[in-house]
Amino acid sequence: MKKLKLVMVGNGMAGVRTLEELFKLEPDLYDVTVFGAEPHPNYNRILLSPVLAGDQTVDEIVLNSWDWYRDHGVTLHAGKKVVSVDRARRVVHAEDGTSAEYDRLLLATGSNPFMLPVPGKDLKGVIAYRDIADTEYMIEAARVHQHAVVIGGGLLGLEAANGLMLRGMQVTVVHVAPWLMERQLDETAGRMLQKSLEERGLKFLIGAQTQELVGNDAGRVTTVRFKDGTEVPADLVVMAVGIRPNTQLAESMRLHCERGIVVNDTLQTVTDARIYAVGECAAHRGIAYGLVAPLFEQAKVVANHLAQFGIGRYSGSLTSTKLKVTGIDLFSAGNFTGGEGTEEIVMSDPFGGVYKKLVLRDDKLVGACLYGDTTEGTWYFQLLREGRSVQDIRDRLMFGESNIGDTGHQGQSKAAAMADDAEVCGCNGVSKGTICKAIRDKGLFTLEDVRKHTKASASCGSCTGLVEQILMATAGGDFSATPKKKALCGCTDLSHQDVRKAIREHHLLTRRQATDFMEWRTPDGCASCRPALNYYLISTWPKEAVDDPQSRFINERSHANIQKDGTYSVVPRMWGGVTSSQQLRRIADVVDKYQIPTVKVTGGQRVDLLGVKKEQLQAVWRDLDMPSGFAYGKSTRTVKTCVGSEWCRFGTQDSTSLGIALEKALWAMYSPHKVKLAVSGCPRNCAESGIKDVGVIGVDSGWEIYVGGNGGIKTEVAQFLVKVKTADEVLEYAGAFLELYRGEAWYLERTVHYIARVGLDHVKQRVVDDEASRRALWARLRAALDGAADPWLASRKADVDLRQFIPIVAVTSEGVLA
Amino acid sequence: MSDWQVICRVDDIPVLGARRVARAEGLDVAVFRNADDQVFALLDRCPHKGGPLSQGIVFGTRVACPLHNWTIGLADGCAQAPDEGCTPRFAVKVAGGVVHLDSGELATHATDLPRPVAGPCAESAAR
Repeated sequence: MKKLKLVMVGNGMAGVRTLEELFKLEPDLYDVTVFGAEPHPNYNRILLSPVLAGDQTVDEIVLNSWDWYRDHGVTLHAGKKVVSVDRARRVVHAEDGTSAEYDRLLLATGSNPFMLPVPGKDLKGVIAYRDIADTEYMIEAARVHQHAVVIGGGLLGLEAANGLMLRGMQVTVVHVAPWLMERQLDETAGRMLQKSLEERGLKFLIGAQTQELVGNDAGRVTTVRFKDGTEVPADLVVMAVGIRPNTQLAESMRLHCERGIVVNDTLQTVTDARIYAVGECAAHRGIAYGLVAPLFEQAKVVANHLAQFGIGRYSGSLTSTKLKVTGIDLFSAGNFTGGEGTEEIVMSDPFGGVYKKLVLRDDKLVGACLYGDTTEGTWYFQLLREGRSVQDIRDRLMFGESNIGDTGHQGQSKAAAMADDAEVCGCNGVSKGTICKAIRDKGLFTLEDVRKHTKASASCGSCTGLVEQILMATAGGDFSATPKKKALCGCTDLSHQDVRKAIREHHLLTRRQATDFMEWRTPDGCASCRPALNYYLISTWPKEAVDDPQSRFINERSHANIQKDGTYSVVPRMWGGVTSSQQLRRIADVVDKYQIPTVKVTGGQRVDLLGVKKEQLQAVWRDLDMPSGFAYGKSTRTVKTCVGSEWCRFGTQDSTSLGIALEKALWAMYSPHKVKLAVSGCPRNCAESGIKDVGVIGVDSGWEIYVGGNGGIKTEVAQFLVKVKTADEVLEYAGAFLELYRGEAWYLERTVHYIARVGLDHVKQRVVDDEASRRALWARLRAALDGAADPWLASRKADVDLRQFIPIVAVTSEGVLA
Repeated sequence: MSDWQVICRVDDIPVLGARRVARAEGLDVAVFRNADDQVFALLDRCPHKGGPLSQGIVFGTRVACPLHNWTIGLADGCAQAPDEGCTPRFAVKVAGGVVHLDSGELATHATDLPRPVAGPCAESAAR
């Protein structure tokens, strides 16, 4: 088949990222031709400031080498500016006469700096700050000249001023607005920033309006004159008053432009569907974005569409800002100015140089402005994007994430202050230096990329916030933050929520039906989405949807836990943690008979037999003659109990019997993640009910039920749900809560995270306040679990694939048919 | 000249699954079957930490190792970038719905690669 022709105009970050995303999906669909006006391969424009400041070199900021273009078969015309496009014949013409035909055209022309229309703007020594040529010009000017004036006290202007100052120039920043970075900072933070920059040696003229630039006989700028008649000397004038989407070419092609090339949610121009626009030149729902994170989100959508999947949609981005001036920490995101209907929480320490403002509306964080201490910036940004209610943590919000229960990384969450050899990811032993190096050397922008390349935060995930902070500090403020709506995996753009909804609303019963209906990119899915889909199918349609063992992780497929050497561990069920001499004797006999190397008592009040070979599993189960403990499953694990009123002199309730009843009711329950329960017989709480998914505590007048506790990565204290009188009520309320969790949580979401997402009020409404809803949930769970077979005692009935336990023996030349 | 040895029927391998083939010497060989009934054979040992690939989730022409979720190509035995490393491949012939492996390869190919170890004696065993 003849390949389609894709031509891209513009060789910058948004455009090339689109190609990268496209090659990931469909490497061979197009013959790709790229025109770039600059004589460079794609480089990281964000890092021009560190180049100017002398922290990095031009070579270091190249993102795609010349080899990259060659290796991907991309025809690159670098240094050739496109001057016209014939839409009727579908041909692109460059200045030097080069032309290329297209089937699809991608406009990624970026933006142009805005030049103040004042007399003298065309003098020598007057430049904008936009590309490598400008940067090199400034470096050269700093070598031979003394006085620089930067017009514009925004992000770019301040970075330019800082760089020129570090290169030895005397720099004056002229800013017409009442305070610096007025679009990213409020007045207080803006004034603090100015003070701090003044202490470093920058001069500021705030509110000054430029009248004209005066030159000498040689046509070189010498002076900047203001409307009030004052003057400052200037050998170099840098205009940094803003950027404008570069729509010149698009307008000449008669594409509809309005503060950018107007595009729809698939980034196609509204005028011509063959033509896409991405990046700073595109205006999506009236906004032309200038930061890299939204551009990369757009790139993903365009690539998806170009690859002919056509399911990606871009619906706009939230952005955040960080200044790349070493030693100055500021961060802002969302609506940080407040206004009607909003509330502000402010912490201000002008002498200590710290200022924080959080803006809330309807119990949600809608904006943040931080100066001096931006440690929590990523966390606030995450809350902002998720739009979750912060009502429950409002009183501690200002003090940061580490104050709401993060034991793993408490006190060391200041990424910027960490030494290079300090360990960030404890699971994979990744240091801060390794992460920074990978971000710089490999040009990484997203958390996903960092995970893939360094493994940092790729295992337990507890250091995710820290890694995001490092990414932010290293790659600049506009790193690509985790999108608000996270795709389930690379096989789809749909989120967990979308997938659950589709399965429920369209009565999808098999994986094939589900993936066909939702247009999965891959025929069989992957190791991430298959277990999730299988869970969603069987939890949504119990007894209708058929379980697919090949979509389960090995532990659930073999009903044992795989160990690092490929052997398995076996944990038989001991109801409520109560055992007997007969059980213990059988366990001892099994250990001797199969020479099991390690026997360990677990935290869940039972016994773990470690190092069992897979081919021994069936025999071990048979000889144990005890039910499976499901220690391997995303399922009910144990119900931990104390001895309670039967023996304990303090006990007020029979916790052991209730624990056994709960375990017998719930043992066959698969769930989004593992579920642990506990029952204590008195408030001394010896069964540690406060850190369980469902924790029950007996008091003299009945039972208190707590939900959403967790003793794992982050210790989370369970929240009080309800107090009831009888053991039967405990079963009903606990069961209803768990069925709600089973039906609404995303795969691999523990109860604590589920509750944080939907809110405890929602859970209380469905389980406590609404009796009919509670009864229905409890009945639904019992119906789903009714008649389940134990996978160890009745393997065939439980549909365990028994072939897996028998290795094929290849010894005779005839072979053995299994 | 290959000496093909009968191993099992294609149907003996679960779709999107694997079986293990024990050998007289060396680690097992994993035989995989994908959704298109293609059959692949690799040493049952992930290039990362030696995990048994036969126990992983199979999708497309790849398998995810059950230990640390590395993705290994079934056709070439190699880890998907940015991970690096390959596991030895074995020749497979499918004729009349029956899977064959080369007996010469079974006897001698990659018999020297060590078994991953665990447990209280792991350190002394590794030495």
